[in-house]
Amino acid sequence: MNRLLKNREILLIVIIAIMVAAFSTRAPGFASPGNLANIFNDTSILIILALGQMTVILTKSIDLSVAANLAFTGMAVAMTNAAYPDLPLAFLIVMAIGIGAFLGAINGFLVWALQIPPIVVTLGTLTIYRGMAFVLSGGGWVNAHQMTPTFLNVPRMPMLGLPILSWIAILIVIGAWFVLTRLPFGRAAYASGGNPTAAVYAGVDIGRTRFLAFVLSGALAGLSSYLWVSRYAVAYVDIAAGFELDTVAACVIGGISIAGGIGSVAGAVLGALFLGVIKNALPVIGISPFAQMAISGIVIVLAVVFNARAEKKAGRIILRNRAAPEVTA
Amino acid sequence: MNDVATTKRVIPDRLGTKTSRMLASWEILLLGVAVLIFIFNSFASPYFLNAWNLSDATFNFTEKAMIAFAMALLVIAGEIDLSVAAIIALASTAMGAAAQAGIGTPGLVAIGICTGLVCGAFNGLLVAGLRLPSIVVTIGTMSLFRGISYIILGDQAYGKYPDSFAYFGQGYVAWVFSFEFVLFIVLAIAFAILLHATNFGRQIYVIGNNEFAARFSGIPVERVKFILFLLTGLMAGVASVCLTSRLGSTRPSIAQGWELEIVTMVVLGGVSILGGAGTIAGVVIAAFVMGLVTFGLGLLNVPGIVMSIFVGLLLIITIAVPIITRRIREMSR
Repeated sequence: MNRLLKNREILLIVIIAIMVAAFSTRAPGFASPGNLANIFNDTSILIILALGQMTVILTKSIDLSVAANLAFTGMAVAMTNAAYPDLPLAFLIVMAIGIGAFLGAINGFLVWALQIPPIVVTLGTLTIYRGMAFVLSGGGWVNAHQMTPTFLNVPRMPMLGLPILSWIAILIVIGAWFVLTRLPFGRAAYASGGNPTAAVYAGVDIGRTRFLAFVLSGALAGLSSYLWVSRYAVAYVDIAAGFELDTVAACVIGGISIAGGIGSVAGAVLGALFLGVIKNALPVIGISPFAQMAISGIVIVLAVVFNARAEKKAGRIILRNRAAPEVTA
Repeated sequence: MNDVATTKRVIPDRLGTKTSRMLASWEILLLGVAVLIFIFNSFASPYFLNAWNLSDATFNFTEKAMIAFAMALLVIAGEIDLSVAAIIALASTAMGAAAQAGIGTPGLVAIGICTGLVCGAFNGLLVAGLRLPSIVVTIGTMSLFRGISYIILGDQAYGKYPDSFAYFGQGYVAWVFSFEFVLFIVLAIAFAILLHATNFGRQIYVIGNNEFAARFSGIPVERVKFILFLLTGLMAGVASVCLTSRLGSTRPSIAQGWELEIVTMVVLGGVSILGGAGTIAGVVIAAFVMGLVTFGLGLLNVPGIVMSIFVGLLLIITIAVPIITRRIREMSR
């Protein structure tokens, strides 16, 4: 029992289940399968972005530019769709992933080749990418009537009881699990975050691993940009403003250590779902949506405190390991 | 990102003369950039070279710079505080609520500053007391502090501040020198003394360079970090007083995104984001550089969000250039 409680994933599942049960006493129907599927669908984009963020965090980096990347790529895709309605959707999706991956590669290159700390790089590109979205659009909006029906409808189309958006998220979850646990890149990501010195001696190219993690995070942000724009049927400069913090929050809640090297795909997904349940429950139980920000703040702080407790090993620390500094920024 | 295995520690054969070292220093380089921008601006816009316009331009950076001083100490000690802009919002909301209740100017200032101190103490407690990583803690408290503002204000705004309260953001001490600018100078001197001429300042550098060694040298690492967070909260409170007084109103979205600009200012000022190095002089010059860039672009009718592209580029380029030049120098050796 004690060991079961120490398992982050199981603990999160229990907490989420308790939350859903509690909310459904206030709002009957909250726990109905239909509503739960809605919540999952609503959280799909956060799940996808959190998985990209997780990969980056595993390598002891952080990507604060994901939301800005999403805004720029979403604007580019929406404008292309509005200007050339005849282009097939598949082309637009590939284009979104391509642009996103390219923007991610810029982050990765600066981190890899110039060894600039990731937080500085992505703070810079965060403002740059969002500024570029403004330059690209001239501050204008792309509205629903300018987008083609295919562009808008595909992610909503039901398939086997779930919208395609949900299925895309499920596919990405499986893909991320495969990449991180079954491919050399995944091992390298865990190694370069867990103990960089040992990773170098083991022949892992840390810089290259970080670069690839940023490219992956960017590509997922690009994919999410299409999903976001088509879901909300509008593209403007400020879409997803501040969403990068939600992705970090999802990771922290899911038990991914900000110091790198620790975390699982299931954790990130559950962390995102945790936030998704809260977000969907607030209006249902009559709490002002303005309270959401403070609640996620409290949740993040509690999750960090909890993580630190969980990561602390029993016993006394005699010497801290210099090779793996406990705090990184 | 301290990859011990890949860091090279080279001890040069010759240190060079004192003047040559000074000329190559980051602060001098930055000063050169500031002068260039100044000259460029005065050619680009006929409205630039005017004492009152330049005085107005200082408002672009004085409030941010006040926080940047404290943030610089924090970054040198190897920590960071991303919640500063949210502290401004919360302090401003507290002052707004107090002003509606009819509290006078001295009370408002006290409330603003105390809110900042409480927020800073909360961050300090989490980071120094519980030994949590500051970057995630302050991302969390950033949502928390601003979230409380949103709960209190929603989509409303506070106005109606007493007339005498306007002095902090709109008053002038003498001629074109605003209260904020004078305060900025005073704080710059105070922080420079604190960092460069006191034991406490030395301790900050030691912690940033090698926390491990600092502990063994008997430096109260946790206490120093706590004080630094307290100081950062205090400066955010002071900045909030100035900003609220200048704008004359409070919305929960006040100072949105400032944390990035403040970190940019600190890093642009030559403070190492990895900790252990940096000067207040650098931050002061960086404040001027950023203020001049945004003001010059503003005179040229460049929209704010496009300016942020320049700020982002400035941040990355100023960090990348020394790295690239060092790389080239190493290769040609």
